[in-house]
Amino acid sequence: MAKGTTLPKKRHALSTRIWHWINAVSIIVLFMSGLNIANAHKRLYWGNDGYDPAMAWFTHGKFPGWATIPDFYSLAIARDWHVLFSLVFGFSFLAFMIAAALNGHIVRDLFARAKEWRWSNIWTDIREHLKLNFEHGTGKYNILQKIAYALVIFIALPMMIFTGMVMSPGMEAAWPWMTDLFGGRQSARSLHFIFAFGLVGFLALHLVLVILAGPFRQIHDMITGGRE
Amino acid sequence: MQRRNFLVAAGAAFLTACNKVGETETFAKLVEGAQNWHRGLHRSLGGGRITMAPEYTRAELSPNFRGNGSRTVGTPEYDAAQAEGFVNWQLAIDGLVENPLMLNMEAIRALPQRTQITRHDCVEGWSAIGEWTGPQLSAILNTAKVKEGANFVVFHCADNLNGADYYESCDMDDAFHPQTIVAHELNGEALPIKNGAPLRLRLERQLGYKHPKFLTHIEVVASLDDIHGGLGGYWEDRAGYQWYAGI
Repeated sequence: MAKGTTLPKKRHALSTRIWHWINAVSIIVLFMSGLNIANAHKRLYWGNDGYDPAMAWFTHGKFPGWATIPDFYSLAIARDWHVLFSLVFGFSFLAFMIAAALNGHIVRDLFARAKEWRWSNIWTDIREHLKLNFEHGTGKYNILQKIAYALVIFIALPMMIFTGMVMSPGMEAAWPWMTDLFGGRQSARSLHFIFAFGLVGFLALHLVLVILAGPFRQIHDMITGGRE
Repeated sequence: MQRRNFLVAAGAAFLTACNKVGETETFAKLVEGAQNWHRGLHRSLGGGRITMAPEYTRAELSPNFRGNGSRTVGTPEYDAAQAEGFVNWQLAIDGLVENPLMLNMEAIRALPQRTQITRHDCVEGWSAIGEWTGPQLSAILNTAKVKEGANFVVFHCADNLNGADYYESCDMDDAFHPQTIVAHELNGEALPIKNGAPLRLRLERQLGYKHPKFLTHIEVVASLDDIHGGLGGYWEDRAGYQWYAGI
């Protein structure tokens, strides 16, 4: 790191750590209660309306009890969990984004510099990942991490929030333009489903990489902040 | 192998914990609080105006409006009423009103009508678009003159689903909302049986279970405590569905 630039004392800011764990719980509860809700109607559609098999672009099977909250089929109880944790998820995300903008986390750690976008750099990074070498010099995140985290923070998580809001008829009446933005209510429902599975894919990859990179230090640092 | 067992055990423990938490009084209070937060957000993000459910064009109508829940009433009285084209069907309006009313279908059709093409969203997840026609509930309530102290409007129905009479309720804000109508037509024709003939409430800013069918009686009340199970609706009493279904 060049002289004059100062790194924060901690590897992870307090606001990042608090949000990380609140968000982890929220995502798991929302995904599992969401699967229970999805069991009520197993078809997905594009556009505004959709109700019969001929209109569906996708039909899924029943998600098993071990993957849902509660672990038996209950649309009412699953919706209770979903409605409660949607607020925890949405407002903690908003607070994190404000903190990350103010403390420089977004600009310093997530935005990639022009030279990082060079193919040679990206290719080197892919090769180092394949060799399971996770030492990456002085910068906090390498380019692949920056791409993955940016996709999650700037696209996937906001998409979950906004497509969820579109599905609330009371919310939709307040901001009807949002439904059109996603191409209709059933399109929003389909996107909600797609991005939810995208996030679970990210979570799986994230956990594998944490385990490969040394889970004890990684988890320890995400609790205490690390580096001192 | 051990690690796998550990993960399975941790997963099972997590689900058991969720079930236990879900049964507590605290969880019920939190959910009620969350419901109120959502409702407050819907109102405040609407910027103080009367928020309206989106309306569509005839080109966007669903080819066939799905019927769900009670698809008919199935009593001899209802069959007889259907046979005569519901000409003697009556809708009672009473409770906390100065002029209790008994409206027949002719009287309902004689009131100023509103036609709206809206999207019906079932709590299960599907949606259908239909064109509904009928008088605004506000017009009926204004004729009946709502008394002071009225907080809710309860809708009683002719259908009995799984051994309990269907009913629903809403607050005065939704009752007087311009899109809240007592519909007797769907897509320009008399309401089909599966969609609630001859009268069905449209409560457009909430999910489908808040749109009771086969309406017989509208009751204005101060509190929902003494109505059936006290939670304000068939599914609320029976399965714990949220009373505010705008989420």
